[in-house]
Amino acid sequence: MKEMIWLIPLLPMLSSLALMLGSGSFSRLIIGVLGVGSVGAAALLTLLTGLDFLAQPEPYTVSLWTWMQVANFSPGISFYFDGLTLVMMSVITGVGFLIHLFSTEFMEQDASYARYFAYLNLFVAAMLILVMADNLLLLYLGWEGVGVCSYLLVGFWYQNSANGQAARKAFVVTRIGDTAMALGLFLLFTSLGTLDIQTMLGVANSKWQVGDLMPLIACLLLLGGAVGKSAQLPLHTWLPDAMAGPTPVSALIHAATMVTAGVYLIARTHGLFELAPTAMMVVAVVGLATSLMAAFTALMQSDIKRILAYSTISQIGYMFLALGVGAWTAGIFHLMTHAFFKALLFLGSGAIIHCLHHEHNIFKMGGLRRKMPVTFWSFMIGSAALAALPMTAGFFSKDQILLQAYQLPEYGVWLWLGGLVGALLTAIYSFRLVFVVFYGKANTQPDKDVGWRMAVPLSLLCLLSLIGGYFIIPVQAVFPLSTDGHPAHWVEYVSISVPVIGVIVAYLIFYSKRLDVSRLVQSTVGSRLGDFWRIGWGVDYLYDRLFVRPYYGLSALMKSEPVDRFYGWVVSINQCFNYWLSQSQNGRMRRYLVSIIFGLIVLLMLALQLTPEVF
Amino acid sequence: MDAIPLNHILLVSSLLFCIGALGLMIRRNIIFILMSLEVMLNAAALAFVAAGAHWGQPDGQVVFLLILSVAAAEVAVGLGLVLQVQRRFKSLDMDRANRMGG
Amino acid sequence: MVMINLVLILLVGGLVAQFSERFGSNIPRRVALAVIFVDLLYLLAHLWTIEGLNQAQITVVDDPATWLMYFQTPWIPAFGINIELALDGISLLMVILTLVLGMVAVSSSWTDVNHRQGFFEANLLWTLAGVLGVFMALDMFLFFLFWEVMLIPMYLMIAIWGHENRSYASMKFFIFTQASGLLMLVSILVLAKLSQDASGVWTFSYFDLLGTEMTPQVAHWLMLGFFIAFVVKLPGFPFHTWLPDAHTQAPTAGSVILAGILLKTGAYGLIRFAVPLFPEASINFSGFAIALGVAGIIYGAVLAFAQTDFKRLIAYSSVSHMGFVLLGVYALNEFALQGAVMQMVAHGFSTAALFMIAGSLQERLHTRDMREMGGLWQQMPRMGAVAMFFVVASLGLPGLGNFVAEFLVLLGLFQIAPWTTALAALGLITGAIYSLILIQRSFQGEPKEKWSGMQTADFAGREMLTMAVMMLALVFLGIYPQPVLDTAQPALQSLIEMAQSAEILP
Repeated sequence: MKEMIWLIPLLPMLSSLALMLGSGSFSRLIIGVLGVGSVGAAALLTLLTGLDFLAQPEPYTVSLWTWMQVANFSPGISFYFDGLTLVMMSVITGVGFLIHLFSTEFMEQDASYARYFAYLNLFVAAMLILVMADNLLLLYLGWEGVGVCSYLLVGFWYQNSANGQAARKAFVVTRIGDTAMALGLFLLFTSLGTLDIQTMLGVANSKWQVGDLMPLIACLLLLGGAVGKSAQLPLHTWLPDAMAGPTPVSALIHAATMVTAGVYLIARTHGLFELAPTAMMVVAVVGLATSLMAAFTALMQSDIKRILAYSTISQIGYMFLALGVGAWTAGIFHLMTHAFFKALLFLGSGAIIHCLHHEHNIFKMGGLRRKMPVTFWSFMIGSAALAALPMTAGFFSKDQILLQAYQLPEYGVWLWLGGLVGALLTAIYSFRLVFVVFYGKANTQPDKDVGWRMAVPLSLLCLLSLIGGYFIIPVQAVFPLSTDGHPAHWVEYVSISVPVIGVIVAYLIFYSKRLDVSRLVQSTVGSRLGDFWRIGWGVDYLYDRLFVRPYYGLSALMKSEPVDRFYGWVVSINQCFNYWLSQSQNGRMRRYLVSIIFGLIVLLMLALQLTPEVF
Repeated sequence: MDAIPLNHILLVSSLLFCIGALGLMIRRNIIFILMSLEVMLNAAALAFVAAGAHWGQPDGQVVFLLILSVAAAEVAVGLGLVLQVQRRFKSLDMDRANRMGG
Repeated sequence: MVMINLVLILLVGGLVAQFSERFGSNIPRRVALAVIFVDLLYLLAHLWTIEGLNQAQITVVDDPATWLMYFQTPWIPAFGINIELALDGISLLMVILTLVLGMVAVSSSWTDVNHRQGFFEANLLWTLAGVLGVFMALDMFLFFLFWEVMLIPMYLMIAIWGHENRSYASMKFFIFTQASGLLMLVSILVLAKLSQDASGVWTFSYFDLLGTEMTPQVAHWLMLGFFIAFVVKLPGFPFHTWLPDAHTQAPTAGSVILAGILLKTGAYGLIRFAVPLFPEASINFSGFAIALGVAGIIYGAVLAFAQTDFKRLIAYSSVSHMGFVLLGVYALNEFALQGAVMQMVAHGFSTAALFMIAGSLQERLHTRDMREMGGLWQQMPRMGAVAMFFVVASLGLPGLGNFVAEFLVLLGLFQIAPWTTALAALGLITGAIYSLILIQRSFQGEPKEKWSGMQTADFAGREMLTMAVMMLALVFLGIYPQPVLDTAQPALQSLIEMAQSAEILP
């Protein structure tokens, strides 16, 4: 099985190709079987590989061919498998399979059924290549590949140009991050002589000291790429708009997998980051700041998918926080549990949207508890996990992060406090969603409930969100052991109780309406603050004024090609001379005669001057 | 009797040439231009004859005969052209014989 | 002899195509296709017999015996002008690219030309013949001859079969290239004279002119003469202004050949002549040249974004992409040069395909204005999907040829100028911006009513086949570029050594 590991990304890729070529002639059933089956087969193979690995936990490399070889630069198409790879692959193929199954019902009425699965399979293949790559160049291939697939899928309903705009925004913003990452790759290769990850980490350790400048720059550049792909400050503005794509796409790409690529990158190159503690602090601060900003924004949204989008940004902030304080295992663990419950929440919202004829505004919903029980329980469990209520999967992972943050010397307390505020807000906004949508008066009636193809993935994800916290991910060999010390017990109690307080607050405001915040919300300070939070703290507005409009203006200004003016002058001078000289060709005989005689005189003069001895 | 000095004859010849050239430039009537051309030719011929007399060679007079025949041929062609110009442009004015716009 | 035949087949084929029109107006293009195909087969057949190709021996620049093919015969002995042709790795890649894209060009104008088809195909073939001559000629006089020869049929193609502004565009193209070619001619003549002063023998042969003694000032000016001629063709900022008009107004086959092949002659000239003949001058100049390259990348990309004409946008994207080639050549290390050669090949395919799509759109819609387009994917899904593929290639998706090229160029540039590389890398972002807006404005968005009856107008078999060839080529270049890299490597090796030794010596 080890040698065939390349089959795992190959199967979805082949399926994608087949669907693209044969889209006209396949029936819905065949398309569904190909699309879902290829990912299912990949999941199965991952399971077998994983069992193999757990039995004999030795990381290994499988090399296919040398991609290119120029001087000493010779990256290969080779895959590296260890515990971290296994975790990522399991999440991608497992959750991916469930989402594919969900999609068969969600996209049933869509005319471009085949195109959808072609793109989705291609995405899975690219994401697998990303996590399985043994060198940074192949990782970059997967990285860009998922970016393109995200663009294709966000703009899937291309007939609406707003979707196209959202897709382009997503691609261009992540491209900025990718460019930073490319520069990081150049720096790493130039300094260390290889892009092969394991080799590179070894060389880095021997060549660089902790706190050197080079690893700091390289890590910051890699971080640039990571914040782009994972939608963190300052490159997060694309994710809320990317909700224009079909909801299963949002579940897969913008919750469970692609946005976690940045987290994976930093975790994979942790050896480099450990050489640059400043960079790690930057990672943590970026994570925390993003987390808080997004949490406040989520509180003010009314579109169900945008709430979840900002929630994703916020949770990935937690992962970055974990990585930044050196809690590698906790970060990856949260990645996995987040994949479970966030996919659950997104699929749940997809079920709602599907059954409520595409209604997105939560204030137009309500009272769905009775009509859509499966969805209700999905949301309940998912939100509980998101809020990190005790005994859910999210509880275990978020708790670990907060505790490890607390234990960081010097700044740990502040990070922990920030994390707590975030946890409080998370609980509030997630249960705000639950109470507004599922309780109270029903404003819109669902016209159907979910079929089995939606119910089964939802249920399985519910299960995972509950028991996922008990999984032990096999990454002990990958990451250095983190401090095992236990902080004081009161720290733990506070960390556990804050989300519960948040749920109670949400209950009081949105369900029993006991706590009246309307005066607070409608006061001048309150409403200004609320608006500010709702528009995402004005970052989008800032970018629009600072980058987008100037670029449009610059290109419109230069459209008429200013350089050409210079060549236009050459043409004008030419035409000028033409005009003057053509005056002499006027057909007037006497003028010609005069010029002949004049010329004769001049020549005689010249002759006299130059050869006086003759005369 | 003293021979006329060469310089005097050359002076007369060049004066004649200039008169002819001036006439060439100034006159508008084609016939007069042709006549000025004849004057120039004769001036050159005079210079040759004078030089031949000065050096005592018959070459000067030979060239005079040559110039005479050239002049005759040229007048023949020239008058033919004048006739055509008269027919096309209905006038003997040099400035009228101009189809170019400049 | 093989090389002469390659050119002759095309020349004679042109004549045949011209006269075959009397048998039917659809005969010339079949003749043209057949002629190019035969030429390609002839070349490939002879490649198997060359040992050098398999042994990867270094092509020493000075020694003709180490080249893959070499041919020489006297022409004007009084001045040392011979008919001297040779092939090494780079020229071989270019010749194959020329022939393949030649076939693509014929296919792309299959239904486009409706008057004087014979003459059209003849011009196409003669342009190709001129280009082949440029890639193979090593006698400077002969090189200049072919440089001019490839110009005239191209001018005729634009002037006779072009679009609404064709006279302006063709004249501009012609004058730009001629004027810069004149500078090159002066440089050639001075160089030959200098060589004659030093050795007493007139010669125009590349091998003999290498290493001619001259003062640095003279070398600088002569190098500039060559540089300007090639940079106009490349096209490099700020000599690129002929390109948007020429590409937009040319018929589809003309655009394909212009963008796919003719631009590469400029790059080839830089690699083959401008740098090796004047190594110290080139190295001193390289900073400025790299700055021009970066300017071209950003300028081309910003202007591409502003365009409303489909073909004009693609034309500016060519300016941007060729900026990478200029960067690569003047960074003068192995990564950058390999990247430049790779970009020449990959860009040839991707841009030829985009122009073919543009031509197909114009044929069906009778407009190139993107403000009139929108939502065309609905009626023409195959064309849309193919356009998406090439757009994604153009913006440098890894796994396709353009990425390998741009990555290697930037990696090479990073070795010598990290901050400039950061600036050039902005080209990746701006590239994404204009590429995506191209497909957004044309194939995506709300479908316009006037195009609603176009269901049958999608890509048919011939077009799909041509596209498939180019798609496969790009994928192959993207995931297994090693054959191309290996072919070019021996030829570049001696260039790099020459550059390195010139730097060490004062």
